[in-house]
Amino acid sequence: MGLKQKRVLLSDSKLMKQHSGGVKPSPKQWVQKYADYLFAFASLRIRDEDLARDLVQETFLAALERLDKFEGNSSEKTWLTAILKNKIVDVYRKQASGLGNTVQISDFREEADFFDAENGHWLAGQQPQAFAIDLMDPLGKKEFQSALKNCLDKLPSLWLSVFTMKHIDEEPTKVITDRLRLTPSNFWVIMHRTKVNLRSCLQNANTKYDV
Amino acid sequence: MKKLTESEKLRITYDCKQATFLIEKQQASSLTAMEKRDLKHHLKGCDACVTYKIQSTLIRKLAKKVFGVQENKQPFGKAFKEELQKKIDDKLNG
Repeated sequence: MGLKQKRVLLSDSKLMKQHSGGVKPSPKQWVQKYADYLFAFASLRIRDEDLARDLVQETFLAALERLDKFEGNSSEKTWLTAILKNKIVDVYRKQASGLGNTVQISDFREEADFFDAENGHWLAGQQPQAFAIDLMDPLGKKEFQSALKNCLDKLPSLWLSVFTMKHIDEEPTKVITDRLRLTPSNFWVIMHRTKVNLRSCLQNANTKYDV
Repeated sequence: MKKLTESEKLRITYDCKQATFLIEKQQASSLTAMEKRDLKHHLKGCDACVTYKIQSTLIRKLAKKVFGVQENKQPFGKAFKEELQKKIDDKLNG
């Protein structure tokens, strides 16, 4: 009698788990449903397409290993994206610790190139001017986004990862500093430098119509 | 909060480096009362930094669009998909 009861209880709890979030993972359909989305997500954040594709593959395979851990509290897409995000941050970390950063920095400038060393005032020629592009015009908006994409693509990897994690993925600062191994001070300097440089890059794109 | 001295006010008036730094901090996080006061004082007298603030906000807003996946059709690739599907099927049937 005791053993039979136990078996019934177990299958009850299994049933409960299945119905808990109402979402049952369907791995056979993952590629068809999510490969394009995840690939786009990764490509925007790391600039190596082949690597992005690898990460998507790794994500699916890693998710297969953890199927039993999927609790159905979020959608499959959200869950898979979270796994992918972690892999992307691992790439960021590798990029940040590598020599790649110092090589790219030549394109971008530090505070001394924008602000007077003594009083911090904008240097002549660096003062922000109004952007020439008419953002009310949908064509103008597209032009601007295209210019912005070009400017973002030029950023050193570390700056881009900080920018993305904060402004796009909206991660808490502490998560970013922990995962990229930055001090809070490093973090804010990067945030500042990145935006000052982006703004300047866009300004130059405007005046040269170099979109 | 202590009142600013004349020389402190003057320093803040010119310090666009600090002002733009605070503008970024405000956007991504929050400012202390003192920082808010300093920034407000600076922006009262600096059109360049007012422009900066507007543009910085705009960049952030439009960057979200640039990263919007709908805007970025990026097909994974038919052959790659087939290969990956096979890997998954193998694992599931494994």
